[in-house]
Parts: sequence; structure tokens; C-alpha cells
Amino acid sequence: MRFTRTSKALGIVAAAALALTGCGAGGGGSTDGASNAAGDPNKVITAYSNEPQNPLLPANTNEVYGGRVVNLLFEGLRSYDANGKAVNALAESIESSDAQNWTIKVKQGQKFTNGEAITAKTFVDSWNFAANSKNLQNNGFFFESIAGYEDVSAVTKSTDASGKSTSTPAPKAETMTGLQATDDSTITVKLAQPEADWSLRLGYSAFYPLPSAALADPKTYGENPVGNGPYKFEKQGSWVHDQSISLVKNADYNGTRPAKNGGVTFKFYTDPGPAYTDLQSDNLDITDVLPSNALKTYVNDFPDRNATKPVATNSTLNIPGYNPNFQGEAGKLRRQALSYAINREEIAKVVFNGTRTPAKAYAPPVIDGFKEGIKGSEVLTFDAAKAKDLWAQADKIQPYDNSKPLQIASNTDGGNKEWIDAVANGFKNNLGIQAEIQPFAKFAEVLNLRKSQQLPGLTRAGWQGDYPSLYNFLGPVWATGASSNYEKYSNPEFDKLLKEGLAAKSTDEANTKFNQAQEILFQDLPGLPLWDQARPIVWSNNVVKAETGWNGEILYYGITAK
Amino acid sequence: MLRFILRRLLQVIPVFLGTTLLVYYMVFALPGDPIAALFGDRQPPQAVIDTLRSQYNLDQPFWVQYGLFLKNLFTFNLGNDFTGQPIAASLARVFPVTAMLAIEALAIQAIFGVLFGVFAGLRRGGWFDSTVLVASLVVIAVPTFVLGFVFQLVFGVQLGWAKPTVGANANWGTLLLPAVVLGLVSFAYVLRLTRASVSENMNADYVRTATAKGLSRPRVVLAHILRNSLIPVVTYLGANLGSLMGGAIVTEGIFNVPGVGNKLYQAVLRSEGPTIVSIVSVLVLVFVVANLLVDLLYAWLDPRIRYDQ
Repeated sequence: MRFTRTSKALGIVAAAALALTGCGAGGGGSTDGASNAAGDPNKVITAYSNEPQNPLLPANTNEVYGGRVVNLLFEGLRSYDANGKAVNALAESIESSDAQNWTIKVKQGQKFTNGEAITAKTFVDSWNFAANSKNLQNNGFFFESIAGYEDVSAVTKSTDASGKSTSTPAPKAETMTGLQATDDSTITVKLAQPEADWSLRLGYSAFYPLPSAALADPKTYGENPVGNGPYKFEKQGSWVHDQSISLVKNADYNGTRPAKNGGVTFKFYTDPGPAYTDLQSDNLDITDVLPSNALKTYVNDFPDRNATKPVATNSTLNIPGYNPNFQGEAGKLRRQALSYAINREEIAKVVFNGTRTPAKAYAPPVIDGFKEGIKGSEVLTFDAAKAKDLWAQADKIQPYDNSKPLQIASNTDGGNKEWIDAVANGFKNNLGIQAEIQPFAKFAEVLNLRKSQQLPGLTRAGWQGDYPSLYNFLGPVWATGASSNYEKYSNPEFDKLLKEGLAAKSTDEANTKFNQAQEILFQDLPGLPLWDQARPIVWSNNVVKAETGWNGEILYYGITAK
Repeated sequence: MLRFILRRLLQVIPVFLGTTLLVYYMVFALPGDPIAALFGDRQPPQAVIDTLRSQYNLDQPFWVQYGLFLKNLFTFNLGNDFTGQPIAASLARVFPVTAMLAIEALAIQAIFGVLFGVFAGLRRGGWFDSTVLVASLVVIAVPTFVLGFVFQLVFGVQLGWAKPTVGANANWGTLLLPAVVLGLVSFAYVLRLTRASVSENMNADYVRTATAKGLSRPRVVLAHILRNSLIPVVTYLGANLGSLMGGAIVTEGIFNVPGVGNKLYQAVLRSEGPTIVSIVSVLVLVFVVANLLVDLLYAWLDPRIRYDQ
């Protein structure tokens, strides 16, 4: 999950900034074959970033600033192209006849930059390492589908006198039974249950191979990681903490993402403002985080040097099931009424300055399998009369407790207050109820209250896809007991459809099931889809062309320099 | 004299305990679980969170946490921050940068402030005095961040005289622009203090005596008027050094200076008790030493001041 930073105080403007409509305002510039040829393949690009939160181990990196470095340092079995399509990288072939037993052929002759060979065993060892609870890898749960994961990731839970429970790692096995290297070039994987979209995950950073040094001493290795990707550390100690990370082209790389420049130096900024100034004076080459006050001006400030592309990130307004006003038949009508009362189109245009697109489903359109017009999705259109009518119907069944205003909880940094005020005004004007923001200084406070089910009203939520799959927008967020299902929504029918989708033979078949599952979400409305995001980037006069990938990460390797 | 210094240094202990306790408690009282906040919407396995919590003693009651922190501090082991980096190493990175910035700013305000102040004070009511008075009023009235953005835009972006931000290459040259911004406001105060002090002392008896003795004008100004006028100025500068070292959070933010202010800002956002209190501890020492130096300077400036009874 790469949403952490944007949702936190630190991410500040990221959340606001990443949202421009897909209209690609002024983007692109005069860039095609001719100017590419003029690009300087040895020039080093400087890029906006911030201090990574963890040692640079792929399976431990779950935030954007470490993630972008790790993605350049490593190459996995697969990689994602600019549109989010998974293509084979180190894998020669990935096959399964039943979506449960997978055979992966690994390309031979591949090496880490320290000369160590990459074989099937390298992957098996790396994945077992990442899944082992003792190694405390943040992305360890990415291996949960593989048979034997429970033993490797086992923990013991102890409860102290005050009833607080603590989990301590206690793996019962060192290797997952479902994961074998049968020879140097073959990995066989047995999943605990069929999962049609499992192979889509293999491009995610948690699945990258690690050299043996990393497994022996992860912490030391994470300071000076050695990988197999298009870039490598310029030298030992290239990571100057709180200041920069310098990468140079890996000349031996022959994969799917060849570097078109000589290297990338990530300069750390605690605030996007100075970075924007640096870009204006060509002191920095590219940024993907704009200060919120630049959202209206960046197209003029950087004519022909900006691009905006939709990303796999969406926002919802979640309605906790424990709120008595929103329970039962009356609650259902009220949830629909709330959804009808939000003028998504207008807020996207006025508050976000035309920089977000109204949601059409529970997943954004950039995701493969996205379907518009899912049964029940008409609640996403603004209809004041219908909202009022539904609210009145609900009041007949069970009167609304209007003693306290309906609160919308959110951290107020990152430009959240503006749109929440707009949504609350929509509720006030169209439903005749009191509504207001429940402000918090920090994201952590809201999260805590969400987890412990103490928020009285609605809450803002966001999700950025880990890998380009429809399931990723539904399973982790809305399935019963899922890791990010903080409002504890549960519908067995929904769970069943997800499971059926995972067991489907083909991706198309799977996506059909997942879209059926969305129909259930639209009936229940545990959260109201609000909008999908796009990410604007701007670049300096030193750069010919740049673009972002499916998840909004800049494709640094594809940047051509003048 | 030695006894005086010792006594002053002993005062550090209660000041130190008081400030660290207070700051540590304030961080402790911040709502929200800082470890969970590190991860955002998608949380890592619970075992990771619990292990981190116990690593940073966050599962302990306040007094245990504070006690462990003190223990670590006195064994010179500050531990790690929430990103797993040793706090001692990051302090060693940020303090030299901020020290450079503070010294540069202090030098600017001391040299120009005193110089302009003396000239203005000597010719009180003249055109120079009036201009400088109005100018300094303007500087005092404009908030630092406005000055910062304007300087950054004019000198950094439009004229291109300096790099608009500092970033990884912090040295005397790149820090000059933020130092000017930082020093400017206090420069105005130094100027006004010096001016008032000088013009007051000009009519003092000892100045008349010195002039009557036949001393040259420069000698009278430098050795008699200026030296006696410096006491309030030095007091102000000493206190100012402390706050400059405390990290000019706004200025460092605008110019992306990897110094104490930026570090402190990030640590506060992450509710990193140990980092914040470690920085504060160093600052307490800086404050105490700076004030001690000021007191010692008094004795040199005015020989009538004696510290040994």
C-alpha cells in the first residue's frame, strides 16, 4: 500500500495535488522521436523526494519515497508498463491451469550488480524471508495466498492484565510449503486457494529478488542495497540521510525498463513549496507533488512542461454500520440519500479546480476490468429531489436523530477541509440536516478512532492500488475482516462473489464476478465513492519528456534529458 | 570567576530536567498511535507494529518511558528514530548546518546592526538616521516568511544570483540567502538598540572627559561610547543565538535547509518523542552556554561588573 504518505500530515499537499482530471492539460509538449534522439543519455536527472521511512528492502518498503527508489533498483518476475499492464520481466513464462498451482520459468543468466546469479532459488529464499514474521517486513502479508504462509508468519498473542494484547513473531516453519524451486529455472507455487489475479501481483516490489547479503544482514544491506534493476547506487553511502539518494544507470541491465538518462538523484524536501521554486529556476528537474497553491497555476508556470494522468487512487466517504441512524431499512435509504445529495461534478470542478473526476464505481477507470454503469451506481449522480424524497421515506420508518450534527471526520491538512465543507453544505441544503466537519490535526488521530470504532459520523477514506487489479480495490477494503476494512463492513454474499472471482479461470471471468460484487456494495453503500484521482507532474527545462505510470509514480527510467 | 562559571553550569541540571520532562510529556500526550500513523491506510502485520512499539518503549507508562530515555541519554546512547536511523547521527548532521546558518545570521545582524546603529546614533535626527529608522520599522513589520518568499523569488528565481534552496549542499555560500532573511529582523532590533544606547551615552560625562583629554574622535567613539553601549546589544544577541540555533523552522522550511528546524518539524509531525527531546536537550545546553558567554562578556565590556564576591 502506497497511500501512507499522502494521507498523513507529512504528505500534506500530495493528496490535494495528485488530483487533476485526465484532461492532460497542456501536457506532453513537443516530444516524439526527434527530440528523444536529441536527449542526452548520460545526464543525471534530479527529482523531488523525501527521506524513505525504512531501510531499502523491497518487502519492507510500503511508502512512496522508499518505493520509488526500490522500483528503480530492482527488477522482479514481472513489471508494469505505463498503462498498468503486467509484462514478464525476469519471468520467461508464468502458467497455471487451475489458478491454484503455478509454474514460473525464470530467465537464466541474470545477475545482481555485485555479480551474484539470480536463479529460482533466489526468489524462493527472498519470499520466504519476506513472509517470515521474525523478519518484520511491512509487506510480508503479500505472500498470504501461498500455501504454508500461516506457519511462516505465525505469531503468539499474549494479553496483559489490562486486556491489551501483543503479538510476538513465532514462526513455526522457515519455508512456505507451497513454494519450491524445482531446478535453477523453475519455481512452483501452490496457493492456499485459487486466485486468478495472483500473477498480476508479481510486479509488486514485495516480490523482488534479494541477494544473499540482504538475507544475512537486512539492516546493513538496506543502507546500501544491491539490486538488479535499471539503476544502482552511485557508490556506498549514496543515501545521505535527510538530504538525497543518488542512483546511476546500471550498464548491465537488459530488462523491460532501460534507463534513458544517466542517473536519478532524489533530492529530499520536507515541503513541496521549495521544490516548486527550484523547478522554476531549473534547480530541480521533476516533481510529482505540487504545493496546493500551485494547482491553479502550474499549467501557466510550466507551459509544455507538465502532464496529468489518471492514477489508480480513489476516495470514499465511509458510513460506519454502528451508527444507529444508518442501520436497517431506514439506514439504507439514508445512505442512498446522502450519496444523491453530493454534487460530485461541481465539487470536482470548483473545489478541486477541475482536478478530480467524479467516481463511477468502487474502482477507478484506469484499472483493468473497470465497468461503468454497474447496477446501483446511479446513486453517484447528484439528484437533490431524490435525496430529499429518500430521506423523508426513511424518516417515516424511523425518525432521524437530529440532536447532533452529522460529522465528517478528517485530518484538515492537505486541502481536505474545503471539499468536506462543500459536501457538508450539500447535506445541509438538500436534506435539511445539520452537518459539519469533525476536524483532526493529524491523520493518526482519525485512524485510531476509526480502528476502535469511535467516530460518531462519517469518515474520509482513500485507497491506492498496490497492483493494477480490480480485486485490490475491493478485497482489502470491503471484505469481511480485511486489513483496511476499519468500519467492519461485512456481507457474506459480497465475500462469496469475491472468492468466486478469485477462483475464476480467466481474468475476464474474474472481473465479471468482481463487478457483480460491486453491485452488492452499491446496494449496501458502506462507503460512498467520491472521486478518482489523477496526478499532475511538472518538469524543468532540462527535461524533454516524462510521464507517470498506472499508480502515479513517475517513470524515472523513461525521462529524457536535454 | 571559575566558581561563577561552575555555578552557572550546575544550573543546567534543573533546567535540563524540567524542559525535557515537559517536552517529553507534551509529545506523550499527543493523540494517536505514532507507530500506526507511520503506515497510513494499509497497516503492516500486527506483530510488526507491536515489535516497533516495544522497541521504542511506547508500550510503557509515561514515567518508565521518560526514565528509559534519561538513562539512554546519560549513557550517550540516544537510540533510533522511527525510521530506524540513529538519532545521534542525525543530530550530528543537522546541528552543524544550523550552526553555520545561525553564525552567519548572527554575524550579519551584529556587524551591520552595530555599524548602522552607531552611525544613526551619532547623527541622531539626520537623514541617515531617519531613513534607517523607517527601513528598520518596515523590516520588523514584515513577517519572516514573506521576506523569505520574496528574497527566494527575486534573488533565487528571477535574478538567479543564488540557488533558491539549499538542500544537500549546505555551505557558507548557499546558506547566505537564508541567513540574510533570518538575520534581517534581528538586524533591525540590534540597530535600534545600538542607536538608542549610543545616542544616550554620547552626552555622558565620561565622553566629555575623553574628548576634553584630547582623544581623537574615532577613539572616543570606539573605546568609550561603543563599548559602553554594547551591553544591551550583547544581551540581545546572546538570547538570539539560542533561538537561531533552535532552528528557524519557517526559514529552514522555505529554503529547504536540512537543519535543526526541519528535523524538529518532521519529528513533531511523527510524534517522535526521543528525537524531539534529544534536540531540545542540545538546545538547552546551547542556551545556557550562550547566556554564560554573554555574562562573561559583560565583565569585559564593563570592568565594574565582577562575579566573584
